[in-house]
Amino acid sequence: MTLSTDRTPESTGAIEQNLLRYLESRTRAPWEPDRDLFTTGGLSSLFAMELVVHLEKSFDVVIMGTDLRLDNFRTVRAMTALVRRLQAPRAGGSGGA
Amino acid sequence: MEARHCTEDPTAAYRALIADEPLPGRDELYAGETLSARRPQPRHCGGSVTDDQTTARLAVLGAGVMGVGIATLALGHGLGVLLVDVDAAKLDRAPIDVATQLRLAQLMGARSGEEPIGELATSTSVHDAAAATVVIEAITEVAELKSKVLVELSDVVRPGTPLVSNTSSIPIDELAESLARPGELVGTHFMNPPYLIETVEVIRGARTSEATMAAVTSLLAALDRKAVVVRDAPGFVTSRILHPMINDAVRVVQAGTATADAVDTLMQGCLGHRTGPLRTADLIGLDNLVDSLRVLHERTGDEGCLPCELLLAKVRRGHLGRKSGRGFYRYEEALP
Repeated sequence: MTLSTDRTPESTGAIEQNLLRYLESRTRAPWEPDRDLFTTGGLSSLFAMELVVHLEKSFDVVIMGTDLRLDNFRTVRAMTALVRRLQAPRAGGSGGA
Repeated sequence: MEARHCTEDPTAAYRALIADEPLPGRDELYAGETLSARRPQPRHCGGSVTDDQTTARLAVLGAGVMGVGIATLALGHGLGVLLVDVDAAKLDRAPIDVATQLRLAQLMGARSGEEPIGELATSTSVHDAAAATVVIEAITEVAELKSKVLVELSDVVRPGTPLVSNTSSIPIDELAESLARPGELVGTHFMNPPYLIETVEVIRGARTSEATMAAVTSLLAALDRKAVVVRDAPGFVTSRILHPMINDAVRVVQAGTATADAVDTLMQGCLGHRTGPLRTADLIGLDNLVDSLRVLHERTGDEGCLPCELLLAKVRRGHLGRKSGRGFYRYEEALP
């Protein structure tokens, strides 16, 4: 892996756009940031694991521990908030641990 | 779902059943394995490691989708697993697949993430299963191959060790035929993914002994699975009903009546099917489905079980479903 560790965190808007595009390509249907993927969106909960992998690959984050729960993946907005939170420590740009 | 508590340890019956001696040769099993460098210490309820050597007594034969999934289920319930496959490349991937599946189980609320995780060992030799107290065979769904492996296993394990054949369709008594001790064989039909689906079809063969039934029931209780015991027959209950139905769904697509998506949407929206027959087919694996349909057709004579041309064509093209990234649907990330 050659991922840069001091990559600039994406903006909220950029993350949302990425996720909306991803959902639209996977479901061939338009999505809204607040639509519940599983209860009203009709997506299989197995699909949530694909989203975990997609978020980790696209935004260079690691989702583990208590973050690994379905509620964090229910809506585009919830996923965006999760990514922003996980990216936050490196926003300071120190690059150190 | 709740985290399990030490005081009400549902594995107690199973541990009592298997708690006689530690697994000998464990270090030899690890010798030369990549796992040895970062071999995890088994964690136990109550923190006592020395007095509990019951882990790594379950052997799983076959590191395909089902074998790895069953291994994940057992490891996630704190049981040690020896995973055996002739394909070393599959074994190399297994620890990563298991880790991903444990995360998925947590995401789905099937685990809290706090439970102890069993030790995973791997081997390319059936002989390393000698010390196992229960063996689950989960190799390819071909009766001749299963019979051959079960005979090898039976020669390796101590008499009295339950042999569990995980199969979606093959009659258990047929597999028991070549065994010197047929009473030790019992069937299970875990659904995919085994670590998420809580109900397991258990098949009691005509010659399956009471002791074997008790052992498999205890094991499934230790794994928090609900066992439904049925009699032996081609396809048992679930496959006998589901597989011809899926085959019909494929025929409908083949005839151009509707797209796969339309078939699934109708079956879900109108008939309450949870995932739709063609998404289910992709999850089962289209190659496995063809094998299973052939088993059913050969043994029941039901023409509805003859795998239809579109299904065979997809298998020939390597479109095997979710595991290959493409079947009736495309999957960007092939889940392990």
